[in-house]
Amino acid sequence: MPNVIYIALIPLLPLAGFLILGLWGRKVFKNSSGIIGTLLLLTSCALALYTAYGYFFEYGKVAGVYQKLVPLQLTWLEFSKGVSIDMGIILDPISVMMLVVVTFVSLMVHIYSLAYMKGDERFPIFYAFLGLFTFSMLGLVISSNIFQIYIFWELVGVSSFLLIGYYYDRPSAVAACKKAFIVTRFADLGFLIGILILSYYSHTLDFNTLIQRLTTPGGSELMSATSASFLGVSALTWGMALVFMGGAGKSAMFPLHIWLPDAMEGPTPVSALIHAATMVVAGVFLVARLFPIFALSAPEALNIVAYVGAISAMFAAVIACTQTDIKRVLAYSTMSQIGFMMFALGVSKYGGENGLGYTASMFHLFTHAMFKALLFLGAGAVIHYIHSNEMKDMGGLRKHLPITHITFLIACLAISGVPPFAGFFSKEEILLAAYQHNQAIYWIALITSGLTAFYMFRLYFNIFWNKESHGAHGHGEGGFAIVLPLILLGVGAAAAGFIPFGSFVSSDGTALESKFHLEFSIAPVALGLAGIFLAMWMYKKESNRADKLAASLSGLYKAAYHKFYIDELYLFLTKKVIFNLIGRPAAWIDRNIVDGAVNLTGNTTAAISGWIKGVQSGKVQQYAIYFLVGVIGLAVLFIYIIK
Amino acid sequence: MTLEPGLYHILFISAALFFIGVFGFFTRRNLITMLMSIELILNSVNLNFIAFNKYVWPNRLDGLFFTIFVIAIAAAEAAVAIAIIINLYRSHQSIDVDRTTELKY
Repeated sequence: MPNVIYIALIPLLPLAGFLILGLWGRKVFKNSSGIIGTLLLLTSCALALYTAYGYFFEYGKVAGVYQKLVPLQLTWLEFSKGVSIDMGIILDPISVMMLVVVTFVSLMVHIYSLAYMKGDERFPIFYAFLGLFTFSMLGLVISSNIFQIYIFWELVGVSSFLLIGYYYDRPSAVAACKKAFIVTRFADLGFLIGILILSYYSHTLDFNTLIQRLTTPGGSELMSATSASFLGVSALTWGMALVFMGGAGKSAMFPLHIWLPDAMEGPTPVSALIHAATMVVAGVFLVARLFPIFALSAPEALNIVAYVGAISAMFAAVIACTQTDIKRVLAYSTMSQIGFMMFALGVSKYGGENGLGYTASMFHLFTHAMFKALLFLGAGAVIHYIHSNEMKDMGGLRKHLPITHITFLIACLAISGVPPFAGFFSKEEILLAAYQHNQAIYWIALITSGLTAFYMFRLYFNIFWNKESHGAHGHGEGGFAIVLPLILLGVGAAAAGFIPFGSFVSSDGTALESKFHLEFSIAPVALGLAGIFLAMWMYKKESNRADKLAASLSGLYKAAYHKFYIDELYLFLTKKVIFNLIGRPAAWIDRNIVDGAVNLTGNTTAAISGWIKGVQSGKVQQYAIYFLVGVIGLAVLFIYIIK
Repeated sequence: MTLEPGLYHILFISAALFFIGVFGFFTRRNLITMLMSIELILNSVNLNFIAFNKYVWPNRLDGLFFTIFVIAIAAAEAAVAIAIIINLYRSHQSIDVDRTTELKY
């Protein structure tokens, strides 16, 4: 059996880092804070690897099926019998995998930041926030209770708010962190309502019990949840769709994606950590966590997941082709790849061969974490070198930044799905799953993967080839701390695809043979290569081909460049429609009717008491008159009235 | 013709004295005058006691005792009142009741 203390230490060590550096970082550990945070995370990462090894190879498998182990469960708040908020640890293939991914990427980011954030005034605070974020994310993945996951979910939101707004003296960063917090918080409202619906019908908050009760055919909880309906849709579907709304908010799915590009205002290592590898996959993780319910009892909700994912993937890829800020391109590519993971879950069925989409989604999550973190860290190195985010300031950097160049190229090849890099394997599985279960989504995905290759290589050629950059400086790549994570992640991005992922992670815990279909992968690889060559033709040398193409597609280009005006639409909806039609009348009612009633009570009381208090005038003779009148009154009372 | 005073005469005087006292208490602003008015009221009560004792229960002494009590208390009360008035004068340079109205809401 697993050693609970080791597992519990995985999230608790980063928390300890947060507390130590948050409380004493600025005074005591001014110079050593980065080392402390990194060492704590190194320990955490080693423990995660140890746990993963133990789980996958020693105790996790019983009779060929990976079990959902709950080595620790503490009842925290008990509402009624069976309904309680527990603090527990759940170990199953996806949570163990996420432990490794989160700690590994976070460790890379910690190391990288040692050099990248060097000299920053609030360096210890940065490491404290990183620790808090890592703690929340690790707590989220090992939650054994749906309410526990909600708590950590919000903690993740708060820590991302803190990190995005790290440069709090920039108005744009402040606006971005507020936007991210408000949008995800709005989505979390749906998540909370979903939790309430699910727990209302299933009488439990515990994941294992919840899944078991809501997937047992003919079970009383499932019957009541499916028979109750609202607007012609069953309560269970509503609940799952609302839970997915929370996931869509965190994972930046259309139409709740607007916060992600703006979140690039944070420091680049943060973008790598939060907006590439960990936080944004929380939504995917949540859907995967509840996948049996989605697949077995609420297929309509799963359909929503599939289409939202597919639309987001396509939508973001189109926008990414037009952006000029390199971090924004990466942000949209993240959104697109998360869309891939989402629709892979959406098209999947439960169990056996039909669960291919589930495995593929988790596989893509894993490989994507590698190459996307690498892309962001590489972009960080470029930005560090050139001091600009804009593509037009870059070019010809392959000579100045050789290691960044090679690793960035590996990541680009991986994300474009070129064999034998990691992204190829996971993307093939996703496409295969889509092909088997939903042809419409397959075609969307196929086109999107072509677009992916195009925009990634547009980025690559613009940074490392094209014209010579004018901003090139003498200083090199930025030392060991920057290069080491790039190399490690580069190895991961190149080799992670060879892991036989299906035998570890599958929808029902049994091993899934990953078959390789040569004839099937011809189309996506060909499209990917076409995208790469198109990008090469357009951007490798300085030319006006790109401008010509943009001009010939002027309407589409303009719309995509402005992100299809979604931000403007939201602004219109909130500022014009909601503020004017709901906010203003509500404010008027609040100020005049609600406040009016309260003020009226207060003023009346004040007036009456002002009138009464005049009785106590301080004049002795007036008191004497009251006394006399009282005595006369009593005399009259006793003599004439009460006889 | 000797005018023998009866109970009613004395009660009339007593009542007159009482209301003169009350009137003085309410209309004077000088604390010493008010104190004097109170003495008038007390004395009107004393008169009542004596009169009832003499005319209604001539062979008992309760009224007399009460009167003596009242006189004793009145003396004590006058001492206290004068002390208060002196202190008031020291702090306010006046013994006008209308100018000593700080003790209020």
